[in-house]
Amino acid sequence: MGSDEKIVFITGDLGFNALEGIRDTMKDRFINAGVAEQNMIGVAAGLAHKGYSVFCYSIAPFITYRCLEQIRIDVCYHKLPVFIVGNGGGYGYGIMGFTHHAISDLACMSSLPGLDCYIPSFTEEVESSLTQMLSAGRPSYLRLGLGRSKPAGLKTFESINPLLLSPQPEMTVMALGPLAASALETISKAGFEKKIDLFSAVKLPFANFNDKFVQSVKASERLLILEEHVSRGGIAENIALSLMNLGIMPKQFKAIPAAGYPGELYGDQNYHQRQSGLDQASILGILQNWLMQ
Amino acid sequence: MTKTETVRLQGSLRHSLLKMYHSANAGHVACSLSCIDLMIASLIQHKKTTDSFILSKGHAAASLYVCLNYTGEISDAQLETFYKNGTSLPAHPAANKFQGIPFALGSLGHGLPIACGIAKANKLHSKTGPASDSAYAYVLMSDGETNEGTTWEAAHFAVRHQLDNLIVLIDKNGLQGFGTTDQVLGDTADETQLINLGFEVKQADGHNPGEMGKAIEDFKTSKNGKPKVLIANTVKGKGVSFMENKLEWHYLPMDAASYAHAIVELKEKYGA
Repeated sequence: MGSDEKIVFITGDLGFNALEGIRDTMKDRFINAGVAEQNMIGVAAGLAHKGYSVFCYSIAPFITYRCLEQIRIDVCYHKLPVFIVGNGGGYGYGIMGFTHHAISDLACMSSLPGLDCYIPSFTEEVESSLTQMLSAGRPSYLRLGLGRSKPAGLKTFESINPLLLSPQPEMTVMALGPLAASALETISKAGFEKKIDLFSAVKLPFANFNDKFVQSVKASERLLILEEHVSRGGIAENIALSLMNLGIMPKQFKAIPAAGYPGELYGDQNYHQRQSGLDQASILGILQNWLMQ
Repeated sequence: MTKTETVRLQGSLRHSLLKMYHSANAGHVACSLSCIDLMIASLIQHKKTTDSFILSKGHAAASLYVCLNYTGEISDAQLETFYKNGTSLPAHPAANKFQGIPFALGSLGHGLPIACGIAKANKLHSKTGPASDSAYAYVLMSDGETNEGTTWEAAHFAVRHQLDNLIVLIDKNGLQGFGTTDQVLGDTADETQLINLGFEVKQADGHNPGEMGKAIEDFKTSKNGKPKVLIANTVKGKGVSFMENKLEWHYLPMDAASYAHAIVELKEKYGA
């Protein structure tokens, strides 16, 4: 990808210990646009108009909230191949504090016309996201988070992917991006693989509502949705609306979103996940609770 | 184009503008009258097919529409749909409709970053393929628009990347949305600060296409690594005496009497 002459990579003055390799490979086609994110997006749109596919990189909140108008106008309405890469989605930047977190980013970005959001669960999915983004050539947002390796044999190319499937699931869980990897680990450690169907949500909009997901919800009639994103504009609202449109109402439904900042107190990512009920211990607790019912 | 032909064009495009605005009962009349001559000098008289022209001052869309009507891209029939339901010609341009409108802008401060990106692409192209170094990116902004922070983000970028194939055109009429530029934030399109930043700056009478055209020609011979700014000193509402330098004509539509009066004035001043 680095040697493709039609690709330009722009960073908003970030990338220490991460982008040096890309910078050295891409040379002229690697641009540090400085601490000027809105200009970065405009420049990217201009470059894309002239035939380049352009990656723009910064920390998730800076490149989304700050640049929302540029992404909306310059990129989305003009349908340009500009790929917004935001590092540290959710509470990814932990103790750095709320200014460096993005828990409303998908609400903003997924509501823009013609923009695809990628929220990979596993490290391997980052590369396949990049490949998809490039070949689709549509405005895209890539929300990067803590990486885990994908278990061998798992195929994950859809927007909603089955990670665990059973003929008679007792409950269905859907988790956004990296939380799906965390949930998979939790369920596997507890030995619940045959009882719980697990799905990852890794791309918005949900292209075709995955048949296996619908079947699972119909079979289990119990749906739990986990996301490191606020409730408003998150995947739970999205899924709930879609299920209602299909006439499917699970008997038991719970959504666990990012809880914001209770008490206006801060900590590492795991701390914030605990505050939200999204850490592995909390997830295990709720799974056990539901399975007992 | 001779001087006489140019004057006639200044008149005929104004005539088209006023007709459109009146038919649509629309505002932004003075905004378009302010930059139509600058647009003639740049878009009509100097822009080549390999160049890009970005109207960042999107609320002057009607002036772009009449120019593209003149060059043949927008038909007379299409022009009549201006402002009407189901149109491709709203008050601020629509995206993906016309080659001559590569970017549809209306929120201010977007055009200069985009033009920088285009200029930068031309610089990159010229290293790997046929030389695009001779391709220019023009962007037409308003002076009020230079209040926007993105102007200065882009300005630093343009200087740092030595975009001497970028020509910024500033329609400087001294008025903005709710006051004069002096009253609001002061002159944010001041020549000195642009020069200090690293731009090559020229000033010209914003209603003399010949003078502006000469400035553009001089810019094109100046491959000195400096991005260019032409400050066009304009009069908001130029050509219609009762609109000139009046804030309210940013917003007011013309009634029948003012339209009739304006058309008479155009005939007197431009012979059109």
